[in-house]
Amino acid sequence: MKAAVLVAVMSAVTILLRALPFLVFRKKTPAYIVYLGKVLPPAIIGMLVIYCLKDVQWMKAPFGLPELVAGVCVAALQIWRRNAVTSILTGTVIYMLLIRVL
Amino acid sequence: MKKENAKQMIIKQAFYRSLPVMAGYLVLGTGFGILLRSAGYGTFWAFAMSLFIYAGSMQYVGVGMIAGGASVLTMAVTTLMVNARHLFYSISMVDRYKDAGKYKPYLIFALTDETYSLLCDGTVPEGSDPDLYRFLVSAFNHSYWVAGSVLGSLLGAVLPFSTAGIEFSMTALFIASYTEQWITANDHIPALTGLIGTFVSLWIFGPERFLIPAMLLITFVLTVLRGRTDARKAEVTR
Repeated sequence: MKAAVLVAVMSAVTILLRALPFLVFRKKTPAYIVYLGKVLPPAIIGMLVIYCLKDVQWMKAPFGLPELVAGVCVAALQIWRRNAVTSILTGTVIYMLLIRVL
Repeated sequence: MKKENAKQMIIKQAFYRSLPVMAGYLVLGTGFGILLRSAGYGTFWAFAMSLFIYAGSMQYVGVGMIAGGASVLTMAVTTLMVNARHLFYSISMVDRYKDAGKYKPYLIFALTDETYSLLCDGTVPEGSDPDLYRFLVSAFNHSYWVAGSVLGSLLGAVLPFSTAGIEFSMTALFIASYTEQWITANDHIPALTGLIGTFVSLWIFGPERFLIPAMLLITFVLTVLRGRTDARKAEVTR
């Protein structure tokens, strides 16, 4: 029963966070928010890239090499083919191979 | 008949768009299901949590807290901290989702990191209903997450092969999104601000608590830079 309450709390707080900006800016969206809507997405994607790499040990073997090599492959493939599915699948396979051999 | 085809087309396009998230969500969801079972909560709980919370990292944190019998207040505050970043996703989607009508509540509910990264550039296939398309992409992603969780719970700890490293698909998804928006954008200042701001914040605050300071720093810098001509142009051309 306690667990059900805790799950409900997690769900409610998460929904509240996701919905709050929509409730606050209900009528006309202020120009500042429109501006943030334009510039925040690329910035946050950049943030998420760093977030994913936050626990990499750059000073210890294998010195983050799997992440670095696979990450560069993903970016290069994306520039070359412009196909996210190809870039992600190839990069992930390369990473899975590298962490097994390095 | 023609309408039926249009509908099938949009479902296909949405499914294709959601594919990069599929592997990651199935794997991370499975990991969650396994973890939850080992903490003593079975398939029903995995299903309910993934359906109603639908926030990956918080669900992982939540397993330990439920098993440890955390208080309601602790749970509320922790959820607030871990998921505060969603405020920023929603802020940047306020305008886009404004007129989504009947799809709006679900679109807001389902705005996870990954769904955000797929939909934040605003592109939709030509000629399709953008709200329906975004709804379908969101729902596909949600279904992968729920399916993965249930699968993990059923499998328990007995996986037939080692999937170590498959979690990199999430990193790869963000790197591909970052590269793609870099190619299409004229103004690279926001993308650089995100990267540098987060790096500085990680350096100052460490890997456990850098995320919120990073968001505040990014928002602050971008606010200060609002006077730039490029930024002005962005506001006008919208």
